[in-house]
Amino acid sequence: MLQYITGYLNSNVTPGQAGNWVWALIYILLIFLGISLAVMGMVWLERKILAHMQVRLGPMRVGPHGLLQPIADSLKLLLKEDIIPESADKLVFWLAPLMVVIAAFTVFIVIPFGPTHAVTDMNIGILFMLGVSSLGVLGIIMAGWASNSHYPLMGSLRSSAQMVSYEIAMGLAVVSAVLMTSFNAGGSGTLSMIGIVQAQAAQHTWFVFKFFPLGLIALFVFAVAMVAETNRAPFDLPEAESELVAGFHTEYSGFRWSLFFLAEYTAMLAVSSIAVTLWLGGWLRPFSSWHGPALNIPGFWEHAAPMGAVDFAFSLVPAACFFAVAVFAAIGTLRMPKHPLMKIQKGGLGVLALVLAGIGLVLLVPPVRDRIQDIFWFVAKVAVFMYLYIWYRGTFPRYRFDQLMRLGWKVMLPMGLGVLIATAVVGVLV
Amino acid sequence: MTEPTKTAGASHLDLDEREHTFLDANELVLNMGPQHPSTHGVLRVILKLDGEKVRGTECIIGYLHRGVEKIAEHRTYTMFNPYVDRMDYVAAVSNGLGYCEAVEKLLNIEAPPRANYIRVILTELNRMASHMLWLGTHALDIGAITPLFYTFRDREEILKIYEKYCGARLTTHAFRIGGCQYETYDGFEPDVKKFVAFVTPKIDEYEELLTTNRIWVERTRGVGVLSGPDCIDLGVTGPVLRASGVKWDLRKAKPYAAYSQFQFDIPTGQNGDTYDRYLVRVAEMRQSLRIISQAVEGIPEGPIMAKVPKVLKPPVGEIYHSIEAPKGELGYFIVSDGSTQPYRIRVRPPSFVNLQALDKMVRGQLVADVVAVIGTLDIVLGEVDR
Repeated sequence: MLQYITGYLNSNVTPGQAGNWVWALIYILLIFLGISLAVMGMVWLERKILAHMQVRLGPMRVGPHGLLQPIADSLKLLLKEDIIPESADKLVFWLAPLMVVIAAFTVFIVIPFGPTHAVTDMNIGILFMLGVSSLGVLGIIMAGWASNSHYPLMGSLRSSAQMVSYEIAMGLAVVSAVLMTSFNAGGSGTLSMIGIVQAQAAQHTWFVFKFFPLGLIALFVFAVAMVAETNRAPFDLPEAESELVAGFHTEYSGFRWSLFFLAEYTAMLAVSSIAVTLWLGGWLRPFSSWHGPALNIPGFWEHAAPMGAVDFAFSLVPAACFFAVAVFAAIGTLRMPKHPLMKIQKGGLGVLALVLAGIGLVLLVPPVRDRIQDIFWFVAKVAVFMYLYIWYRGTFPRYRFDQLMRLGWKVMLPMGLGVLIATAVVGVLV
Repeated sequence: MTEPTKTAGASHLDLDEREHTFLDANELVLNMGPQHPSTHGVLRVILKLDGEKVRGTECIIGYLHRGVEKIAEHRTYTMFNPYVDRMDYVAAVSNGLGYCEAVEKLLNIEAPPRANYIRVILTELNRMASHMLWLGTHALDIGAITPLFYTFRDREEILKIYEKYCGARLTTHAFRIGGCQYETYDGFEPDVKKFVAFVTPKIDEYEELLTTNRIWVERTRGVGVLSGPDCIDLGVTGPVLRASGVKWDLRKAKPYAAYSQFQFDIPTGQNGDTYDRYLVRVAEMRQSLRIISQAVEGIPEGPIMAKVPKVLKPPVGEIYHSIEAPKGELGYFIVSDGSTQPYRIRVRPPSFVNLQALDKMVRGQLVADVVAVIGTLDIVLGEVDR
């Protein structure tokens, strides 16, 4: 048994492909925990970043700089009374949030955080992903219907129309990326998520830069469609606060509401991960085909397989990032006002700085460093998209329903189709 | 828009129509408010919807009715003065100005020039505060959350000036019948000048966020169109009227206080849509700054209070006096029976009259536009219900 578990460590495929169910379960657990933590972090970051965009401070009271706010929030949600309206369809009302959460989380099965860091790799990975992620809309329709109330019903109708129409543009953009995998020297196209990233590595370019500007346009179409798909500003009509109160989850409260919340952020992470995998080279670091001169100083720095200088420099980036944040936290500790009441906060921030620096140190250890790199680059790229989500929310007004539909069908769809055809033509000609 | 307008009867929506069976039910009656995030208080709008399309609306008001006009009949003229601040509570200074001037007209006294200058400065600051609050909430209704915080940050500076001047920030009760109660505080002029210098670039900042924002333009252009003749028919006044191309501003048409001594333009729009109303109000903020700068430069010395008897006993008669409040024409009709208390006071509130246009503006448009139109009308329920 032990050998069954440790044996996988030398394998170079995902646990799903290796048929190792123990590691598959471990991965699932890690991803589940990781996503939940990421969502909590996202909530804090969103509130903070949005607040700073809007000349205010955001959460400052719970923990240093409000760092414990997400924990307080989730505790509050768990302890709240769970209300099911009298006239609601109880079973559907109960099922809807589960449906949304399951759809959002299942997507992560095939997302590769690294060449082997995925639960499994399917040869139809991207299809599976699109299919499962579009199941979420069912949950939203169910929620709107089961609430038996006007605002949720209108919210869910809007949402389903919106998600269905943007899925088409999204699909076309995805197809053009998949098409690019086939323009490989002697290679063939693939739908597998890991295969797509490997194709980018083999072609020495991220697909966003391939056939410039075709890849960029495809990413743009996808990026717009994914915001619409996740019902975020400026396409947040289904939950438009100023019109429909809270849209499809108006009647939900407490834990059930928090499931919708969790699903929304998980879906944001999921679609961002798809975008990163398809266009931004997934786990590949920037300039991944550029290794630099081999670092091999006899008697001082000797490796069996010498590492390139550029490889080495980039492998230090994750640790450097942690150190940078640690320094930032340390400065924050020093800047805190000298007041007896701030002692705990100050201590908390100081401990955080130490922990971050400690993680940075651990990341410098060569085996850890090599294993963690891929995940780091993947997460960093996803973080860029998450920041964009917050930025949109801070700057854009909301689209009206007919304008949203017009944009989806008359702009995004032709654009996606055009990019697809152009990619095919260029790919054959070049 | 082709629908005939049925106004007979209490409700023109035929709400007690026989219930349709499930599949025929293509009309939805939606109750928006009084507890709804974007009805600006306690307005209740009953919407008759065909899908997302609005077939008709009906406003139910009165949730904030306090009987202000009735209260006036049991107060002396001086005692009623603070009550008017509570009508349009975001433009309390304007309300006070209108009331004080109406009573002054009735008493046949005139406020001294210095008082008039102080009145103009404070009222124009108030117009800016009102427009800033409007801009923030209107943008919030349309989904842009950031302008709200910017406008509130800058409105704060105005409220600080009020606080220094009279101790109150919102319901200021800044003026008295016959002039002003307080002399300007030390450093009033520099404060106001500093504010003008501070806020001028901030207005550009709001415009940067919204004026050329594609989504903002799409959401507001052609929404809630009201033509000039329609405005006049409905009695709509203020920026809403001016955005429809009618150049009517009481500050120019019937100058009161010291307005005849200042140079300023009346910004007008052409299309009478939500976008034009937005542009007009932003332009009005700039004009207000112009007036404020001129007034601060030329503020005369002298008394701030006219000679007013201790007990106000206007002669028997009636008077109508109106001013250009931030939201439109604010009029006071006062009937005096010669006693210390008014026989009757009737307020012509701009919000209440402007709200009439809602149905005309949203019919045939989408639910999202209802929210935009309520925002663009710039109503304050305290004033609608009184």
